Amino acid sequence: MRIEGKGRIDAAEQIRFSFDGQRYTGFKGDTLASALLANGVRLMGRSFKYHRPRGVLTAGAEEPNALMEVGRGAAKVPNVRATVQEVYAGLEAHSQNRMGPLAYDLLSVNDLFPNFLSAGFYYKTFMWPRAFWERLYEPVIRRAAGLGALSGRHNPDHYEKAFAHCDILVIGSGPTGLMAALTAALGGADVILAEETNEFGGRLLSEDEEIDGQPGADWVGGILAALRETGRVRLMSRTTVTGAYDQGTYGALERVGLHVNGPAELPKECFWRIHARQAVLAAGALERPLAFPMNDRPGIMMASAVRSYLHRYGVVAGRKVTLFATNDDAHRTAVDLMACGIDVAGVVDSRPDAKALGDYPLYAGGEVIGTKGRKALSEITIRHNGAEQKIATDCLGMSGGWNPTLHMTCHMNGRPVWNEEITGFVPAPDAVPGLTPAGACQGTYSTAGCLAEGVEAAKRALTALGGKLPEMEIPQASDAVGGSKPLWLVKGKGRAWLDFANDVTSKDIKLAAQEAFTSVEHMKRYTTQGMAPDQGKNSNIGALAILADATGRAIPETGTTTYRPPYVPVSIAAIGAGAQGQGFAPERFTTSHDASVDRGAPMVPAGLWYRPSYFPRPGETTWRQACDREVTMTRNAVGVCDVSTLGKIDIQGPDAAAFLDFVYTNMFSTLKVGKVRYGLMLREDGHVMDDGTTARLGESHYVMTTTTAAAGEVMKHLDFVQQCHRPDLNVRFISVTEQWAQFSVVGPKSRELLNGLLDAPIDNESFPYMGCGDVSVMGVQGRLFRISFSGEHAYEIAVPARYGDALYRQLVTQAETLGGGAYGMEALNVMRIEKGFITHSEIDGRVTCFDIGMDRMVSAKKMCVGKPAAQREGLKGKHRQQLIGLKPVGAVKELTAGAHLFETDAAPTRVNDLGYVTSVAFSPTLGHFIGLGFLQDGPNRVGDVVKLVDHLRGVETRVEICSPVFIDPEGERLRG
Amino acid sequence: MRIKCPLCGDRDQREFTYMGHETYLDRPADEGWSPAWDTYLHLRDNPAGVTRDLWYHGAGCTSWLLVERDTTTHDILRVDLARDAKRGRG
Repeated sequence: MRIEGKGRIDAAEQIRFSFDGQRYTGFKGDTLASALLANGVRLMGRSFKYHRPRGVLTAGAEEPNALMEVGRGAAKVPNVRATVQEVYAGLEAHSQNRMGPLAYDLLSVNDLFPNFLSAGFYYKTFMWPRAFWERLYEPVIRRAAGLGALSGRHNPDHYEKAFAHCDILVIGSGPTGLMAALTAALGGADVILAEETNEFGGRLLSEDEEIDGQPGADWVGGILAALRETGRVRLMSRTTVTGAYDQGTYGALERVGLHVNGPAELPKECFWRIHARQAVLAAGALERPLAFPMNDRPGIMMASAVRSYLHRYGVVAGRKVTLFATNDDAHRTAVDLMACGIDVAGVVDSRPDAKALGDYPLYAGGEVIGTKGRKALSEITIRHNGAEQKIATDCLGMSGGWNPTLHMTCHMNGRPVWNEEITGFVPAPDAVPGLTPAGACQGTYSTAGCLAEGVEAAKRALTALGGKLPEMEIPQASDAVGGSKPLWLVKGKGRAWLDFANDVTSKDIKLAAQEAFTSVEHMKRYTTQGMAPDQGKNSNIGALAILADATGRAIPETGTTTYRPPYVPVSIAAIGAGAQGQGFAPERFTTSHDASVDRGAPMVPAGLWYRPSYFPRPGETTWRQACDREVTMTRNAVGVCDVSTLGKIDIQGPDAAAFLDFVYTNMFSTLKVGKVRYGLMLREDGHVMDDGTTARLGESHYVMTTTTAAAGEVMKHLDFVQQCHRPDLNVRFISVTEQWAQFSVVGPKSRELLNGLLDAPIDNESFPYMGCGDVSVMGVQGRLFRISFSGEHAYEIAVPARYGDALYRQLVTQAETLGGGAYGMEALNVMRIEKGFITHSEIDGRVTCFDIGMDRMVSAKKMCVGKPAAQREGLKGKHRQQLIGLKPVGAVKELTAGAHLFETDAAPTRVNDLGYVTSVAFSPTLGHFIGLGFLQDGPNRVGDVVKLVDHLRGVETRVEICSPVFIDPEGERLRG
Repeated sequence: MRIKCPLCGDRDQREFTYMGHETYLDRPADEGWSPAWDTYLHLRDNPAGVTRDLWYHGAGCTSWLLVERDTTTHDILRVDLARDAKRGRG
């Protein structure tokens, strides 16, 4: 029911939305919960386990009951708290965890057997037959118990992440937070003020209370204007600070587009990482529910929530309201309601000395011992002065006092401390470095106290920053603290709920204690208390008190569970924003990308790069046809391939040669200027890290190439070696991978092709095998390297990247006139396997230079990274699996990489494993499949036949061991 | 977590990668495999308290840093360029 003239909603702006298909009207400023209550909807969901009817319990982020699915189709979001979701035009909400309509949930039959569904029931009952658990019990149980469902489809909505920096972060904008922010800003600090809801002001917007003689909300308006005037405060509403992390880093979730029916590109949420030099926690307090029999019916809610709905949204949840309280604070609810003409049928206060604040029936020393109403509350039973009495009511506000919202202070291992005066936990001192709790989250409950503490906390932060302290006047406000006397459990017939979201009752806690789960951590896990979406915000202290009672201990002795981030549920989409698709794996394109795509080449990923797989020609129907043609074409005429993706590192300085001698196993100081050498790099543990060629362009100038995959790792390694091992060497290096476009020109006609483009022709004298130097390519200064990854007479030509596209197109066109053309990754791979060249398929991080037959490349004349460890016993010898070639025996259809090798008469099991296959290809040059692999004592077994078994693909065949070099073992083609 | 790089200033942890204990600075002089090498590669303490380890500012200046921190409080007590630390050790 809406109260005319009350609330902060905009009555001029009607908003239409739907719940479970039914259309309703709310106003701008409403939450889904307030709008539904205004429409008389009290049943908002079903409970987790017993499927009991549930209504809204709170008016904030701690809501355990009113969880709904919002949105439709792929973008449907489950478990949305109706108390947090603002209504917008066209909002579609659905209740969840029900079978059939909400009002007639078929699974509410569970509620008839509460004794069977107590803590640990499933574990004790569904024990055998064992196989039934996975196939039958668990699916059925999961169907019955649960929360909302995901759509199971890709969420098309946008989410964002962002970073922010400030001197002082103020968390919460109640009286404490506002005063802290103002003090901080006047003290010259850059401030971020984060407020969870849509409006600043905290509880001041939910109470009828004056500050400095003005209504609270008006005072808030004045402070906000003052904050804006400083020009130093970033006001962030709809932003929940979710976690405190090391060195002043805070996580925060901003609801950017969840409250509007906005354009598709508007992000739904933004996850902030805020770095604050200091922070003030002004998170307030959460009201404590009372555990009394059947305390979970729709219509029973927190007394503070009743006030929030009244003052903030102009809504009352009933026409005949009752209250059950342990403190003065809750009596304000009765006074406020009566001022609006609402009938208050009675206030039941467990304190015998309670005083009424107004003209309403007070049952001092009374208790609520039962409730009635199938789908919503209709009557309560109270015990007062030894007699039982029934009161008709449709809304019961309850209040067991307050719990400081100290969650953030636990995020770095801080343990809350019991405070007997407020009978609650307060933050441990300095629990998070740089974070000062103040106001209600510190246990200070009076408004006057909060205002003063806000100023004090900000001054503490300013002092830590070395700033000046402004003169602050503390505004006049009430100093009432709401005096509460705890009541942990009302005895009586029927279940008393503690954790509404997970359906945990006081009996479950006692059962846990009885079954020896007496540690609070064990009790929590056994009963699941505190493990629901509200993470125990409503139930932790109550459950702890009952556990303490059941085990005969005091509360501080019993201890408490602590809170971990995040403070509220955070969607994975928000945390992972920006890391989907291309954000997860950016795409790197070579300069020849467009030209390759123009020629119809399918592009395949190589790390983050994309490279052409093959270049199809008319009439070719499979990749193999194109690949075979490209290999044959290259070996007989000329082929062109972009090799720019290989890492290129420019190394200069008087000690460049000494540095290379240290990172490579072989010598580079002896390399002559104008020459290239193959180099092998080890990790310090003696295993092969990477390989590649390095050219000496000048006395103190080298260019190293790495494999495509390891370019980043090698760069990091070089930085490490230079800075941490050899800072004595005068050498500098930088990655030039993207600065140079580099193409391999391969085959017997490669020189002929190049001489058509080079301004000065080359011959075998000027550019012998492994020669390098500067060249002029059609007027552009470039570099030429006579190196080969195919076994053919070949070159790599490099030009500044801006000429890459033009040069590639020119090279391919010229090659075609010579009977050649472009080749792709498939052909490149076939040719390197034919020649026995290794890639990271072979050097996978577990092999040594001995394994790949290169132990002689470790120079005896110098020290290098990995050399001592490579000499370890066990890294050499017959027991090692070493590089070999494989060829089929008889008519074999194919060999597969990943297959394992066994003696022909041995069973293909792990214990008989002799090695494995790393690379295979069909060789058009040889006319059959060939492979590379590792075999125990392989080089000594050339000519032997072994069995190749691929369990995964169902392949079993015989192969002959041979040299890994299948073509031109003497290297005549290279030098041609 | 944040690390104050001596060259770039106070930066978010996402810019850094961790390598391991400062032991990695003290590469043994032995030419061949030795117990010193075994210790260097494999043996590490796991202190509850102050430790010093190497971090790489890969998304920044590419410096290797020697970070002194407390494993129990997560405090970062001191950050030096590893090359300066190495020069100091000879």
